[in-house]
Amino acid sequence: MSGVMKRMGMIFRAKANKALDRAEDPRETLDYSYQKQLELLQKVRRGVADVATSRKRLELQLNQLQGQSSKLEDQGRKALALGREDLAREALSRRAALQQQVTDLETQHQTLQGEEEKLTLAAQRLQAKVDAFRTKKETIKATYTAAQAQTRIGEAFSGISEEMGDVGLAIQRAEDKTAQLQARAGAIDELLASGALDDPSGLAKDDIQSELDRLSGGTDVELELQRMKAELAGGSSSSQQAIEGGQGQGQQSGQSQDTPRFDKQ
Amino acid sequence: MIVRIMGEGQVRLADDHLTELNKLDDELLAEMESGDEPGFRQTLAALLDAVRRLGSPLPDDSLEPSELILPAPDASLDEVRAMLSDDGLIPG
Repeated sequence: MSGVMKRMGMIFRAKANKALDRAEDPRETLDYSYQKQLELLQKVRRGVADVATSRKRLELQLNQLQGQSSKLEDQGRKALALGREDLAREALSRRAALQQQVTDLETQHQTLQGEEEKLTLAAQRLQAKVDAFRTKKETIKATYTAAQAQTRIGEAFSGISEEMGDVGLAIQRAEDKTAQLQARAGAIDELLASGALDDPSGLAKDDIQSELDRLSGGTDVELELQRMKAELAGGSSSSQQAIEGGQGQGQQSGQSQDTPRFDKQ
Repeated sequence: MIVRIMGEGQVRLADDHLTELNKLDDELLAEMESGDEPGFRQTLAALLDAVRRLGSPLPDDSLEPSELILPAPDASLDEVRAMLSDDGLIPG
């Protein structure tokens, strides 16, 4: 794969700090950094191993050269014993050339050994740093997760409070509605009482009917009173008539008294 | 394989979907390189849709490194080009 996805992934691993700030999870960044550090540590360790291998190879070569040098020395000694000085000289001159190579290799060996020690130390330090980073990374990640959880809890709380607010509103609405219904009921009672509304139950009376009832009730009382008076008077029809006549006279006189007032007006 | 859509989250994808996605991805790269903004937008939307459709989203609290990363849905051609042309090294 060589498209955008792969390249973005590579860039992300390599850099993309801007993008990280904008969109990425910091925990993931930490994990990537840790991965990178581990890779770096691996490289350093590989370097140490390479240097150690070269050092060993040099040591082998040195041993070989020293062996050859000893051999040439022996050969020179034997040549001299046999009275062959020319051969002894040849052997010694070859040994001198070998000795030069040995000195060079020993210098190289020392340099490599120094490098190896430095790299080993660097690897140890890096290992310690990577370990420290891992601990720190886990702490940061835990803190981040906790902060996230806290935010979620906060959000949940605000959600709950919103819901509680809704419940409060519902109660308020119910109370309002009850009050409204009570007010309406009161108003209907008044309207029924006033006769502005008909009462389907037939129990309520309008004001006109009430007045008529009151008047007719009064008439009944008057009639009853007259009847009782008539009984007391002995039940004779003459008396009855006299009373009635008297009353009629009274009424007539009342009317006569009222008449001038009409005239006045 | 874990794919991240920047600004959106991570998705787990089966490897056998990669052929289909690769086609769109290569197309996207070609459009980016040729500067075909409308084509780029269209292909990016198609690619993101395909990833969302074929993959299953990872929970927000999972910690898995993404193997592939896709630009945010609203990323412009210039932004993506800028991100890709940066020859960056390891941070720090």
